[in-house]
Amino acid sequence: MIDSSVFQLVCFYAFAAVTVVAALGVITLRNTVHAVLSLVLTFFSTACIWLLAEAEFLAIALVVVYVGAVMVLFLFVVMMLDIDREQVREGFIKYLPVGIIVALVMLGEMLALIGVRAMHEQVMGANPATVAGMSNTEWLGHALYTEFLLPFEIAALILTVGVVAAVVLTLRHRTGVRHQQASQQVRVDARDRVRVVKMAAVVPAAPQPAPGKETTP
Amino acid sequence: MPNFNDILILLPELYLVAAACLLLLLDAFMKAEQRPLLHWLSIAVLLVGIYLVVEGQPSQAVTAFNGMFVRDGVAEILKVFALLTTVLVFIYAKPYLMDRKLFVGEFYTLTIFAVIGIMLLVSAGNLIMVYLGLELLTLSSYALVALNRDSRLSSEAAIKYFVLGALASGMLLYGMSMVYGATGTLDLAHLHVAATQTSMPHLLVFGLIFMIVGIGFKLGAAPFHMWIPDVYQGSPTAVTIFIGSAPKLAAFGMAYRLLASGLGDLAYDWQLMLACLAVLSLAIGNIVAIVQSNLKRLLAYSTISHMGYLLLGLVNAGPEGYASALFYAISYALTGAAAFGLILALARAGFECEEIDDLKGLNQRSPWAAFLMMLVMFSLAGVPPLFGFFGKLMVFQAAIHAGFLWLAIVGAVFAIIGLYYYLRVVKVMYFDKPVEGTEIRLQGDVSVRVVLSLNVRALLVLGIGWGPLFSWCQRVFVG
Repeated sequence: MIDSSVFQLVCFYAFAAVTVVAALGVITLRNTVHAVLSLVLTFFSTACIWLLAEAEFLAIALVVVYVGAVMVLFLFVVMMLDIDREQVREGFIKYLPVGIIVALVMLGEMLALIGVRAMHEQVMGANPATVAGMSNTEWLGHALYTEFLLPFEIAALILTVGVVAAVVLTLRHRTGVRHQQASQQVRVDARDRVRVVKMAAVVPAAPQPAPGKETTP
Repeated sequence: MPNFNDILILLPELYLVAAACLLLLLDAFMKAEQRPLLHWLSIAVLLVGIYLVVEGQPSQAVTAFNGMFVRDGVAEILKVFALLTTVLVFIYAKPYLMDRKLFVGEFYTLTIFAVIGIMLLVSAGNLIMVYLGLELLTLSSYALVALNRDSRLSSEAAIKYFVLGALASGMLLYGMSMVYGATGTLDLAHLHVAATQTSMPHLLVFGLIFMIVGIGFKLGAAPFHMWIPDVYQGSPTAVTIFIGSAPKLAAFGMAYRLLASGLGDLAYDWQLMLACLAVLSLAIGNIVAIVQSNLKRLLAYSTISHMGYLLLGLVNAGPEGYASALFYAISYALTGAAAFGLILALARAGFECEEIDDLKGLNQRSPWAAFLMMLVMFSLAGVPPLFGFFGKLMVFQAAIHAGFLWLAIVGAVFAIIGLYYYLRVVKVMYFDKPVEGTEIRLQGDVSVRVVLSLNVRALLVLGIGWGPLFSWCQRVFVG
């Protein structure tokens, strides 16, 4: 029989390890499509960690929004771009060994400073949703619209600024471009589109060219 | 649940959000030739904002939305000066923007959104609000830097700013998550108590280090200063003037909220870290500025050194130190606005007035402009009796009182080194021969020239009569 908290701990370390390895893959893989797929794995294993912390709604939202929508879009863009891989990685390989050494030293320092034991003290804190007797989603909704109302609204403001910034940086008013004018299209009448021409049903045989309207060869 | 009182406390910010959205809509339906109206409306919006901040100021600190938002004296003084500096920015920027076909409504709305970010940041009562306020400010700034899309230099500056800014945000968030892990609270007031009782003090200090990296980046203190020269030089001067003035107040507010309100009891840990940042900033800022030939780059390195002086005040970690740092931030914001304002006013279509050599013989061609520029340079250098001198005096005093005599001596030595490059600008203006065939004089309409003169005169007046402003700075930290 494995103790459930030990199992949780093992799961946590497994997911965390996968996340870190996948995140490394994002920046080291030669093929950009593979890098994006690796990013998907990063998100997915992060979602698994959140599930362990009993944050179900966030975990599902991460999978649905990021993995499902954003990353597919990313893949689409990456596949359409023609990136010169060697050029992108030129400086990276040169500095990779130094970077890895620095990262390892930092990891060692962090572990020494915080202490590995501190992590084991408490696997996960008490889940506020369970304490309040609500489902995770319900509790999240309550927290967002009461305690965290102001940050929630500010986040909306930041998104607005993002939209304004995107428009101001990409919109160009070019002259000489033919635009679709929706209002004119709607207002158009059948008479503007089709002209009914009445003409004789039988074409007179061998029509004579009108004098003076001969085309020059 | 939030009640009506909460909304009343948040009134200036809510008003600005509504006004910014209205300006955005107005701009969409406005013809290009009506746009000057938008300019004046934006200035009016900010002035009404100052009125609301001062008028509705409660007699003592109050919080709203479950402690998310704090309205106290510190927030008030920072907001007043942030709004005031932005008014100056709008006035100085207009002729420059019109000359370069950058006169778009989004410049105004994005800047106002950035100011809202500043106001939320300096009023933050929660780590989440610190982060969101900062993001609102920086996101608007990234877009503003890239406003001139056809300039390679601008695009490069924007990308650098964005990448380094995202990295710094990540560091800050990482630090916040560590602090949250150690204390179990995001509320700065609770954090202040919980920080002393945590069972994981190392984790807390670890988080603190990352938060200081975030603050250092925002201030532009060495060794997190790499973005400053490129962004200052690359962005349109009309944007540089904003980035170089009002956000410095926000950076001070952020440092105060995080370090003093939140982790004040860890002062012993962060004092020395800030002292290191200060020495590095003073050294890099002042020494590298000597070799600059570009005026905007020179002012960028000068900013780095000024942030070093500001940190000298924060190192004190007491009301005296915070008051001196606040005073310094205000003096820098006003002086920086005047310095870039002069560059903006001397520039015209096809001529940026970016190089120091462009100022050659300015005195013979436009004595008034040369005189104003000289006063600004003296104020930046800290020559008495100008505003900048008393700012420096106060931070030195604060550092000495906290037992950091060596730091004050280092600061004084670098102030003298810094004097050299400010005086070089003055020498070029007064003693060099003007280059033939170039014409240089103050551009812009009456409002620019009048406000610019008033701005520089304020540096002189506040330098002589610094008492009331300084006692205001002291008052907000008492009690």
